[in-house]
Amino acid sequence: MMNPSQGRGLGSGGGTSSCRKQGGEAVVEMFPSGLRVLVVDDDPTCLMILERMLRTCLYEVTKCNRAEMALSLLRKNKHGFDIVISDVHMPDMDGFKLLEHVGLEMDLPVIMMSADDSKSVVLKGVTHGAVDYLIKPVRMEALKNIWQHVVRKRRSEWSVPEHSGSIEESGQQQQQQQRGGPGVSGGEDAVDDNASSVNNEGNNNNWRSSSNNSRKRKEEEGEEQGDEDASNLKKPRVVWSVELHQQFVAAVNQLGVEKAVPKKILELMNVAGLTRENVASHLQKYRIYLRRLGGVSQHQGNLNNSFMTGQDASFGPLSSLNGFDLQALAVAGQLPAQSLAQLQAAGLGRPTAAMVSKSGLPVSSVVDERSIFSFDNSKPRFGDGIIGHHHQTQHQPQMNLLHGVPTGMEPRQLAGLQQLPVGNNNRMSIQQQIAAVRAGHSVQNNSGMMMMPQQQPFPRGPSIIRQPMLQNRITERSGFSGRSSVVPESSSRVLPTSYTNLRTQQQHSSTSVAFSNFQQELPVNSFPLASAPGLAQIRKPHSSSSSSYQEEVNSSEPGFTTTPSYDMFSTNNRHNDWDLRSIAFDAHQDAESIAFSNSEAFSSSSMSRNNNNTTVAAATDLVRSQQQTPTGMVTHHQVYGSGGGSSVRVKSERVAADTAAMTFQEQYSNQEDLMSALLKQEGVAPVVVDTEFDFDAYSIDDIPV
Amino acid sequence: MQRQVALIKQSLFDQGYLDEQFMELEELQDDANPNFVEEVATLYFKDSARLINNIEQALERGSFDFNRLDNYMHQFKGSSTSIGASKVKTECTMFREYCRAGNAEGCLRTFKQLKKEHATLRKKLEQYFQLARQAGPKEIARRPK
Repeated sequence: MMNPSQGRGLGSGGGTSSCRKQGGEAVVEMFPSGLRVLVVDDDPTCLMILERMLRTCLYEVTKCNRAEMALSLLRKNKHGFDIVISDVHMPDMDGFKLLEHVGLEMDLPVIMMSADDSKSVVLKGVTHGAVDYLIKPVRMEALKNIWQHVVRKRRSEWSVPEHSGSIEESGQQQQQQQRGGPGVSGGEDAVDDNASSVNNEGNNNNWRSSSNNSRKRKEEEGEEQGDEDASNLKKPRVVWSVELHQQFVAAVNQLGVEKAVPKKILELMNVAGLTRENVASHLQKYRIYLRRLGGVSQHQGNLNNSFMTGQDASFGPLSSLNGFDLQALAVAGQLPAQSLAQLQAAGLGRPTAAMVSKSGLPVSSVVDERSIFSFDNSKPRFGDGIIGHHHQTQHQPQMNLLHGVPTGMEPRQLAGLQQLPVGNNNRMSIQQQIAAVRAGHSVQNNSGMMMMPQQQPFPRGPSIIRQPMLQNRITERSGFSGRSSVVPESSSRVLPTSYTNLRTQQQHSSTSVAFSNFQQELPVNSFPLASAPGLAQIRKPHSSSSSSYQEEVNSSEPGFTTTPSYDMFSTNNRHNDWDLRSIAFDAHQDAESIAFSNSEAFSSSSMSRNNNNTTVAAATDLVRSQQQTPTGMVTHHQVYGSGGGSSVRVKSERVAADTAAMTFQEQYSNQEDLMSALLKQEGVAPVVVDTEFDFDAYSIDDIPV
Repeated sequence: MQRQVALIKQSLFDQGYLDEQFMELEELQDDANPNFVEEVATLYFKDSARLINNIEQALERGSFDFNRLDNYMHQFKGSSTSIGASKVKTECTMFREYCRAGNAEGCLRTFKQLKKEHATLRKKLEQYFQLARQAGPKEIARRPK
């Protein structure tokens, strides 16, 4: 077992013969030597020194002087690294941004370092999820022990529901959590609460102490313990499926993002086998995602939901993921810039002008879109405006359905957008970003919808909006209703929802209203991302408007039971979008995971959730849409929504109204499909429903980071 | 010869040109990487020359973009600390202070000082490495006592 006391990591290979499987690769190493480290720093001197030091620790070092390169390296080689060390100040990308990406996409521990030791920067590292922060000049001793972060992360990821007790501590923890978590049933509340809190704390302590213990054990006891720990490292990770994530988001929203603590979330979720640690780490990521979307305000957390909000509850979970995925996809560059831009434009409703101009989207329309997204019902036709610009008639199904899926630019844009004074806040930003990305892409109102990556540029601003919606989800929810009214008007289904990816396509002005609200809610813009891949696969040309798309999407997604009544979309020609969506749906699962990684996903889930709520009315629609969805896209919707009951909601969403609700849901699912589709289009092969949040499926070659 | 080398190194430390970080680097040097420290130093001077140029240009432009200057200096400081260039690091810190205070004149002054220190260190190190190479690699790896 590795003996930290061995000199500078020299030591006979750590003295441990345990094998550590790295993400599937059978890497036999003598922990900690052989630890695969990726170092990112634009300073060549530091890089050289670090490399030398790490080599001396017997680690396997890969150095990189550009963040973008590092990201692509990581994406290409998902499980090729154990830990990342990155500088904070880099010319091409902010170290914290890289940190977020890595954390969300690859879920690797990241150590930040800098010559800057001011508290604010260190704090930033902490809040962004860095596992450690080193001050330059980095000394050997500091590097020697970085393996602890890898172990710690592995341990916390062991989500073995059945407290298999492979690890004593983890077993205890899990048990405790189980008891304390969802379990607090029976007994007096006080007692239970106490018990749970105690358990939680106990868990925490356990976890902490077990980490310490394990470390200590490793140090003192040698092989035996080491082996145990090493084997523990192989524990499977919790897979955050769409449903699970939906539940999670629902719980978080219920508690309030600010106040959501893992323990309570766990209780609310009431999922067997889920540990507090799982929830905690998931929450951390979710917060990062929210932060990204909404900028500073934690409120944004709600926004995430808003992202999905369009989707109403049903979409909530899905949408969030979708949105997330979309974003992810978008980021991955899957989404055509256009859609992204459009989406953003749509979603952002707000200063879309700025965006639009950038993206070439009609500013006004975008603005309208945005407003829609922002849930201010004042915008009558948001869709119209946007769509109008876009040359496309309302029917631009193509609206950036996938705006959720902004290709790569998304994250960047997102960052930028966030700055945007979006009324809806995040939504806009995303939308804008998307819009920006999609420069020139006529962002149709619908852009909100996921931008079909391959498909036509989704002028759908809404898709973009979707994203922002995520953020505004909570607040937007109410707004949606207002929006929906608006939307319907726009012929184009500009579905205000950023989620519009799917929805926007709908160009159905009529239904869009209801839907639009929804869509906007669909913060799931990211969803589109997810859907894109799915879509890609499915890409069924939908003659009908977005709805068809959705349907397609739905159908394509086997999992998606949602049968979004793509009535709304029917008129839209969003076939493309739908395709994407359907595709996305396929990738739904993946998308979800991806979405998850994407902060967007968070929002989308929230959005979807919102959608769900609103869609209740649309239940009938859903059903209808299901029938209508020729391509079966509808089904997908359901799937998404169903994280659990969401599917049902999706149906309800199908409100006749227009499918706005549905679209929303559909969008959501569509988004996922879109995302998948997008991804596919981009050449990313969506992984088969691999709910794990690792984008293995997506080959990120094209992702413009 | 070796003693000479050791003395020179010691003086560098004593005079504050180098700090413990340099020692750390030396410890990284071994038979497999006999010239590690020199390589690092070479790389440092090459890179820092570029940075100095950038800063110079920025300053000459007259429009004191303190943010940008601060950024440059941050990079510069990072590398300087990494190799243990103590005096240079001090100047960097001062420069950044002036930047934050928006003190253009202070920046200019400090920058001049910084360049001086940088040049001095470079010369001294070059001298040192030359001698060290002549004396034999083993000596370099020894920590100055």
